[in-house]
Amino acid sequence: MAADVMAPARPTKAERPRKQRTFEQTNRRLRWMMLAPALLFVAAMIIFPLLYTLDLSFTDAFGAVNAPSKHVGWQNFADALGDTRRFWPAAGRTAVFTIGAVVLETVFGLAVAMLLRKPFRGQRWFRTVLLIPLLTTPVAIGILWLLILDPTNGIANHLLTQVGIPRQEFLGSVGQSLPTLMLIDVWQWTPMMTLLLLAGLSTLPEEPEEAALVDGATGWQRFRLVILPMLLPTLGTALVLRAVDALKTFDLLYAAKGPGGGSDFEAETLNVYAYGLTFDYQEYGLAAAVLVLFTLFIIGVVVLLRRSGKESAA
Amino acid sequence: MSAPTTAPTTAPAPAAAPPVDPVLARRLRRARTGKVLKAVAIVVVMLVFLLPMVWMFAAAFKTNVQVTDPSVGLWFKPTLENFRSVLEAGTLLRSMGNSVLIGVVSTLLSALLAVPAAWAVGRFDMRRTGSLVLIARIVPAVSLLVPWYYLFARAGLVGSYTVLILSHMFAAVPLILWIMTGFFAGLPVELEEAARTDGLSAFGAFWRISLPLAAPGTATACLLAFVFSWNNFMFSLVFADENTQTVPVTLYNFISYASTDWGGLMAAATLITVPVLLAAVLGQKYLVAGLTSGATKG
Repeated sequence: MAADVMAPARPTKAERPRKQRTFEQTNRRLRWMMLAPALLFVAAMIIFPLLYTLDLSFTDAFGAVNAPSKHVGWQNFADALGDTRRFWPAAGRTAVFTIGAVVLETVFGLAVAMLLRKPFRGQRWFRTVLLIPLLTTPVAIGILWLLILDPTNGIANHLLTQVGIPRQEFLGSVGQSLPTLMLIDVWQWTPMMTLLLLAGLSTLPEEPEEAALVDGATGWQRFRLVILPMLLPTLGTALVLRAVDALKTFDLLYAAKGPGGGSDFEAETLNVYAYGLTFDYQEYGLAAAVLVLFTLFIIGVVVLLRRSGKESAA
Repeated sequence: MSAPTTAPTTAPAPAAAPPVDPVLARRLRRARTGKVLKAVAIVVVMLVFLLPMVWMFAAAFKTNVQVTDPSVGLWFKPTLENFRSVLEAGTLLRSMGNSVLIGVVSTLLSALLAVPAAWAVGRFDMRRTGSLVLIARIVPAVSLLVPWYYLFARAGLVGSYTVLILSHMFAAVPLILWIMTGFFAGLPVELEEAARTDGLSAFGAFWRISLPLAAPGTATACLLAFVFSWNNFMFSLVFADENTQTVPVTLYNFISYASTDWGGLMAAATLITVPVLLAAVLGQKYLVAGLTSGATKG
């Protein structure tokens, strides 16, 4: 990583005018001086801590922060990977939560973006409304939905019974907690998907669609065969951004279900599990091992999504 | 607000001549129903995102009896009792002060680091180096919290403003860098070149030409960074003590000891949401641009 930082900048692009090349060369020192403080700050906050976590994952660190600990080899990893009571269910919940939420957010986000694509009166207000769930404190959103979805006194059940649907437990039951939290996440983050896709849609050329219109293509055909292929790069970027954040969801889950994800760990994802191991149980060694596995998993997902994104875009 | 689209967007059919062609007539009819359906859909989607928030604000003005009675809708006699009790308790006011302090300081320091860096990345096409900073977005924050906690605990800093500002900066620097890189890349390089021909140094060209031009973008990035700091829960949950608590943590603590006081909870949630809402309404255009910058460039 450090080598990458210090590597000389890539040669200037051929299409750049000659004048700018000299401009760049004279500024080589300056650009590093401008960039270095930010890079150093982020690196100091990430690289050293990550190495520390890696080291910690091979120790039996437990309890007070300066309690003595010794290296135990791969024991923590074996413990984590052999734990079918909390680790694997948490990993499964992380996957279910992420895939479910991101798929729904993509579908709804795309639908709403298509709806808003052409200008209409009040569009400015609509975009403001979209910003509200995005910018609201996730803890407040968690509490708000606890009130709305309260099994006995919530408005949601009141409305459901009005139309003849039986009362639901929502966050009050082991079985429904995770799907409910997923839907809250969908409510909060679909606007982000919509805004990203709207930005992508606004950059697309109009000619291909007009040509398709002249050729008599239906709306659905125009969407599927003309717009969607052009939108794929944006869709890919948005998907990666959203997937990474969904994998790491913490605030909402913790605010709505508390430590351990509630009774029977019903809403415990890897993130909540690792947090609990660290700050509730102070099992630093095991927590570090879980986090190393989790980080590797996220990096794997990002690489995979990026690669498949590039392939489908090509 | 809910009016159908004004611009004739589809089939350019002549309005004066009545369509004889049955195919064309069917198309026109379909276009008209399509418009109505679209207007209805827009209203429904808007309500889906708006109504839960409205419910929260309404609950903040209800008595606790009314909050837990779902048949009390949006028509009731509002009371300020919840706000009074929440503000009288004092914790919320203090944590709002803490959040403002931590948000402002961490945002300004982050801008100081990230804006020049963004200029370097955006102006000289150092995307690969810049993307190093994106690691900060990928790594789960908990895996950094463990070593941070270790280090800061040994230094006796846990609970201090310093640690909270540092951890919030960690989130803000990549955010500002990300937004501003696109912004600087979008400024024409000719302006800086002209300034240099006129005798300004390279830094002078940045300082006197590009930075003032980037002021709106910087303001957006800082506003977003502040909002994210205001909302930040995990870092504050770990590093804050009762004196340095920020608003999300205070709100979270309310659940555990005041879970029956829904009115108070909603009043507190409303109080910490209102500043963010104001930001959203006032900076709508810029915030959307900031949030989505970079997404379309892959």
